[in-house]
Amino acid sequence: MAAVALSSGPEHAPLHTISILVQNKPGVLVRVALVFSRRGYNIESLVVSADAANAQFSRMTITCSGQPETLEQIIKQVTKLIDVVHAFDHTGQAVIETETALVKLKCKLDERTEILQISEQYNAKVVDYGPDSLVLRLYGVSAKLDAFFELLQPFNIVELMRSGKILMARGLETT
Amino acid sequence: MPTASAPPTTAHDASHARDAAKSAPAPTLGKAQTGAEALIRCLEREGVEYVFGLSGGAAMPIFDALVDSKIKLILVRHEQGATHMADGYARATGKPGVVLVTSGPGATNTVTGMLTALMDSAPMIVLTGQTISPMLGKDAFQEADVTGITYPVVKHSYLVKNPNDIPRITREAFFLATSGRPGPVLIDLPKDITSAPCTAPLTDKVDLPGYSVPGHPDTDALKKAAALIARSRKPVLYVGHGAVISGAGEAIIALAEKLNAPIVNTLLGKGACAEDHPLHQGMLGMHGTAYANKTVAGCDMIMSIGARWDDRITGKLSEFCVGATKIHVDIDPAEFNKIVRPDVCLAGDARLSIEDLLPLVGKLDTADWLKQIGEWRKQFPLKYAKKGGLRAQHVLDRLDKLGGRDSIITTDVGQHQMWAAQFCLTTKNRHWISSGGAGTMGFGLPSAIGAQFARPKAKVWTVCGDGGFQMTMPELATAALHKLPVKILIINNAYLGMVRQWQELFFDNRLSGVDLEGNPDFVKLAGAYGIKAWRIKRPSEVDRIIKAAMAYDEGPCLIDAEVIKEDNVFPMIPAGAALKDMIIEKPKQKMAKPEGST
Repeated sequence: MAAVALSSGPEHAPLHTISILVQNKPGVLVRVALVFSRRGYNIESLVVSADAANAQFSRMTITCSGQPETLEQIIKQVTKLIDVVHAFDHTGQAVIETETALVKLKCKLDERTEILQISEQYNAKVVDYGPDSLVLRLYGVSAKLDAFFELLQPFNIVELMRSGKILMARGLETT
Repeated sequence: MPTASAPPTTAHDASHARDAAKSAPAPTLGKAQTGAEALIRCLEREGVEYVFGLSGGAAMPIFDALVDSKIKLILVRHEQGATHMADGYARATGKPGVVLVTSGPGATNTVTGMLTALMDSAPMIVLTGQTISPMLGKDAFQEADVTGITYPVVKHSYLVKNPNDIPRITREAFFLATSGRPGPVLIDLPKDITSAPCTAPLTDKVDLPGYSVPGHPDTDALKKAAALIARSRKPVLYVGHGAVISGAGEAIIALAEKLNAPIVNTLLGKGACAEDHPLHQGMLGMHGTAYANKTVAGCDMIMSIGARWDDRITGKLSEFCVGATKIHVDIDPAEFNKIVRPDVCLAGDARLSIEDLLPLVGKLDTADWLKQIGEWRKQFPLKYAKKGGLRAQHVLDRLDKLGGRDSIITTDVGQHQMWAAQFCLTTKNRHWISSGGAGTMGFGLPSAIGAQFARPKAKVWTVCGDGGFQMTMPELATAALHKLPVKILIINNAYLGMVRQWQELFFDNRLSGVDLEGNPDFVKLAGAYGIKAWRIKRPSEVDRIIKAAMAYDEGPCLIDAEVIKEDNVFPMIPAGAALKDMIIEKPKQKMAKPEGST
């Protein structure tokens, strides 16, 4: 299970984003992960956090890749877990999604201007400014992050971390 | 989202304990009680009669608390035996079987039994002792990550971290094990938690916001199903274990008679509807009757009632019931679209679903269809050679005729299991107990012991092979000690016969790992435990000895039936082959290796 990886999955295996509301009980993450691994699904990213509105529950957002026909089973088997309140596949739905990334670059003085120009275009914020390094923070939809990192490829990327995607349904619909 | 605060609407036998619990006022525990004592009070309140277990250090507070309880502790010889006894008890009654073992290896020895119960939806509570909480994860003596090891084989599990959680967790565990699709629930109990005071009151409340139990199916789905049924001229009702669990048999017979539709059942569906009913075609699937499989292969509408289109049933999926309308009744919605894509799915209890459907359907024009099936019955009856030595089929056929049909029969796994399923008809619900999904060898003897504890007045037989019997054979001591009149029939061919059959048919008879040379003398072995035993070597001895065993009720007895070594189970659909490729008898030519799973 890759904890966080780039958002492009293996070929022929489209990415799915699933949101799961679970009871905040020990072992619930393992139970959910086992459903995916038993059926050959690769978890590309996984975000878990307490439900800020109700400490009894936690939220999971899972981006995963695998055969689409298996996905219906995975959703049902996840839903069947006693500690899972509900699980929804949001693939293809109009939802609000966001991801955060941090990137550390080693850069000489003459490279800085270009990096900062790219950052400005993408609304990336400089969070650490060193004599020969920069740390940038960027958030937005995963595709935007992909494009940003593509532009940074010519430069010396020391570290790159992505949080994994979180999402929320639009309007009054709950996630 | 519906919550699970309501009592189960299903598995009425299983709700018995809860009803009893509800009528009693919730007593508060004395302050001096330990977690272990609270646990035992909870078990008593759930109506537990027996705990099947093996003691050990980390479980000592629980075993100590049992001393003062009216619950009877059945000491086993190996923890796997305890799980299968609990399973047999559960399947014979619908009430959950309870297992109590210690930490580490005691707990890991229950894994096979929990898989067996999970695959076959048997309600079971497994209580495991655990090292003291401050030592968790520090490789303490007999410590194992038991919740971690068992995640894939439980319906749910708990690691108790606070003694005051014991009343709620125990209530939830019993509710989960018995409601909806039943299954095993494990409670891991650290020794310091069971030793510490528990001041929480016993409770009826559960906190399960993610759990709901389907009862009646959706009305629109019922109407759609009725409309699809009305169009059918070649219907078949395919009955599984869910029908046994919900007690749907009467409703299914009423439906079959109203529609004039044939019934087939799975291995585990045996007994839901009497197999000697004129509309019943017996078991379908890999070793089912030829006429049951021809009925399924030729139908234009198949309705699964509490069955899950297992690979032993469908054979080659791409050729299974192509063009036939499919209706699926299941209490577990995760079974829908898993193997086949039904035209309509009814999520609900099997009995309630069929009862709801009954007023919506009428008689179908199935005269030609039933006539065709009648011809198949005449043309392809179950048969076996009457010459050439003692045959398992002959022994089991006679067992059926000499009272087996009124007995509870449990089996082990292998050739004898299939022959017993074919020749011992089951006419009463919960009279057939066999490991289907997991195919667990060693299930036969302990499950019979559990069933006999549950139904002390019933005749209980276990049909075992010589291979599987030896896996849980030490439980002969348990049966002997309690003078349980369990009747053990060993179909002894000194082979792991089913694998030998496959090697003969598909692997050029290159026998590998199947010869059980070195078997003990089972009659002498029984004698060592003080158990009455007979040996059958000739067909002429069969009736006399079965009758003698049937009449013997002073304790367990054993029959060692030395059958011809190299017989095969037919009919047979090779794994992964289509139903139409069923083999009725031994083929002349060599066969291709099966493509299907195992």
